[in-house]
Amino acid sequence: MHPYGGWMLQGIFTTIHLSGIGWIIALILGVVVGTSRVFPLAFLRFLGTAYVEVFRNIPLLVQLFIWYFAVPLMLPPSARLWIYENVPNVEYMAALAALSIYTSARVGEQIRSGLQSISKEQYQAALSTGLSQIQMYRYVVIPYAARIIIPPLTGEFIGIFKNSSLALTIAVSEVTFMTQRIDSYTFHGLEAVMGASGVYIIICLTIMFFMGFMESRVSVPGLIKR
Amino acid sequence: MDWDVILRNLPFLLMGLQTTFKLAIVAVAGAFPLGILLGLCRLSSKWWLYYPASAYVHLIRSVPLILVIFWFFFLMPIITGRPVGSFTSAAIAFIIFEAAYFAEIVRAGIQSISKGQVMAGLSTGLSYISTMRHIVLPQAIRNMIPVLVTQVIVLFQDTSLAYVIGVREFLRWTSLVDAREFRSIELYATAAVVYFIICFVGSTITRRLEKKGGRLR
Repeated sequence: MHPYGGWMLQGIFTTIHLSGIGWIIALILGVVVGTSRVFPLAFLRFLGTAYVEVFRNIPLLVQLFIWYFAVPLMLPPSARLWIYENVPNVEYMAALAALSIYTSARVGEQIRSGLQSISKEQYQAALSTGLSQIQMYRYVVIPYAARIIIPPLTGEFIGIFKNSSLALTIAVSEVTFMTQRIDSYTFHGLEAVMGASGVYIIICLTIMFFMGFMESRVSVPGLIKR
Repeated sequence: MDWDVILRNLPFLLMGLQTTFKLAIVAVAGAFPLGILLGLCRLSSKWWLYYPASAYVHLIRSVPLILVIFWFFFLMPIITGRPVGSFTSAAIAFIIFEAAYFAEIVRAGIQSISKGQVMAGLSTGLSYISTMRHIVLPQAIRNMIPVLVTQVIVLFQDTSLAYVIGVREFLRWTSLVDAREFRSIELYATAAVVYFIICFVGSTITRRLEKKGGRLR
């Protein structure tokens, strides 16, 4: 009995939880960054913009290497030793950090453009009907912006699944890593790579199908269908 | 901290940067024409053009670039019957992969032009091809330019992935030098700064273009 099928399944499982957990972190960070960029405080806006520009303009692979190779060296030796002794899979943590922060910059950008796509009149109308600032956001801005932001966020969600494949370079055993492992055991790399491609295609099509359904449910009436 | 390591290894890093640029230029030169062709096929009313092009675009866009790089790394020796260099197989993978993204940009750009323009063109007596050539495409390309520049920046960042099959581009040289010098912080920070400067300049240009051009409808 060959273990290769089992390896692939393990890899698929790792890919799913790596990108799933990464997505949750990215979404939380992205909301914070995105709202800080439309905040009426110049300093916060600057911080948000700097965050997005830095993490969007450095390739993910370079960020991955920084988290895995450089960041532990920046810590004091005792802390580094503690991490290597007590954190079971440092490479997984590094991949999670790189993936979620890279994606959060992109999510933040989408959230900013969603918030800015709401016209000034909407805000003024909400305030002039007697709603408070908080009520205006709660009942007018956020329900509207959330629906506009959902389609581009689908793309980012698919993106984090695809980008998680880069974790193979620091030996996180996700599905692409498993194809290389199978190749080194059997020389049947092409078959393994084709299998992994099939896995990604199925995951992406499933996400697109569900999100397409979601989008049609929440789309704002009166806007051009996209 | 020992920033001397950068100066000592500058020739290697510059060599890597040169390969990175070469790979990016080859990829854009190949992927953009292929993307235009695919984008036009995606808009065609002929099913034998529309379906294959759509299948291609959707298939490639749902697979990570790293896997496409591996496809060609394993496939090229089978197709050609002899080993090809990792640079060649990476370049082919980039062209095939990025063309799908360019195709969607081209399609969206052409679709951003209103139907009235085509009708007006045809009603003045221009043929379909001259309408496309003189009326639709000039406007569509103007609308596309900011997105195209953004995609070229993404492509430039993506060239770092050629690392995985051992192409000696900038990131590979950085890690090779690191393997000898053990200066991870300085070396990877430098790599990050270099990529950042290049991409930031690119995205600043994009913002300028967006402001200046505005969108035509």
